[in-house]
Amino acid sequence: MSLYNLQKVLYVLNRDPAAQESYRADLDALLDSYDLDDEERRALRDGDIGLLYVLGVNGQILMHYAAFLGIEWFDYLDMMRKGIERYGPVRAGIYAMTGGGDSFTVEENSQ
Amino acid sequence: MSLVYAGVCSHAPGITGRANLVKDKALREEFYAAFDVQRQEIEASGAEALVVVAAEHFANFFMNNMPAYCVGMADYYEGPIEDPEWLQIERRKIPGNADLSLRLTREIMNTVDVAYAEEWKFDHGIIVPLNFLTPRFDMPVVPVNINCQGPPLTPLPRAWAFGEALRRACDAVPERIAIVGTGGISHWPATPDSGKINEEWDRDFLDRLMRNDKAALLDYTDEQTYADAGQGGFEIRTFIAIAAAARVPGTLQFYTADLPIFAVGCTVARFDLDAAA
Repeated sequence: MSLYNLQKVLYVLNRDPAAQESYRADLDALLDSYDLDDEERRALRDGDIGLLYVLGVNGQILMHYAAFLGIEWFDYLDMMRKGIERYGPVRAGIYAMTGGGDSFTVEENSQ
Repeated sequence: MSLVYAGVCSHAPGITGRANLVKDKALREEFYAAFDVQRQEIEASGAEALVVVAAEHFANFFMNNMPAYCVGMADYYEGPIEDPEWLQIERRKIPGNADLSLRLTREIMNTVDVAYAEEWKFDHGIIVPLNFLTPRFDMPVVPVNINCQGPPLTPLPRAWAFGEALRRACDAVPERIAIVGTGGISHWPATPDSGKINEEWDRDFLDRLMRNDKAALLDYTDEQTYADAGQGGFEIRTFIAIAAAARVPGTLQFYTADLPIFAVGCTVARFDLDAAA
């Protein structure tokens, strides 16, 4: 478990165009430069928003990674919910889902 | 005598980035109009620089080296760090005033061990409010950060002490200074509960804030805040710091919990500095 390193990858990716280029050109090489366990590496390798959320990545970091991957806002919220269904409750951090997973923005979504 | 304006406002990225998804467009326009009143009041105050006390979100500061408090000290800044299309704010340079920042920081350091940064990329916490308050991006900005994202967080009484130090610093420089605190009250942004707002909690907090009731404002624990107001509620630190700097009661100019796509109770308020003069 190295949530710090996992978040560090995404922090750097969110703010550094060179890292974004490395991500697209050779993701494995980029990930090799961080001390990640297998699950964390898989989450990044697959762009698995749900798993990253459950592993405890801070939402203010994760939402920009989702945007970087081209994921729309409501899909991003759903991916977090599905992550909890698949992998269980958020394991660390302050961005846990404390409600029942209901949408609070349904009306806008239905437009 | 040189603090000429003090106020608070919301800073969520959806305010600009998801504006097109709002259902109640008339209410959205009311909120934008309240921002514009705040802009006019800042301009009417004759402010020569705007100190923005915000809670950033890993644009500059990370858990490798996380200051509880930091003041920007550069002649210009850049932002937004987010994808401009995502935030719907064009990337640009924003003027700063390194010399003013230096003088403010020196004074603050007499009572608070504040960090400083000569490089700073604005995220939505600063640039969304600036988009409304200085739409031409022509007023020098002094960015200030209070860590509200990566615990351990500064205790609320320290946020109050920081606000007091900031006031002393503003009063020690000859320039006319406006200060704005940006953040959210109760909110659960970037979680599946995004859009949830505890209006009752918000209105109670805003009542304490507008009365500038120090004891009541500091009477929260992070455990209570997390339970009642979400992780976004930790950002009350920025509003509390402004109350401490203002020293006087204020006027709530706008609040609504009915724009959930912005993922925050939308707030605009000022402290009534003139009434104390």
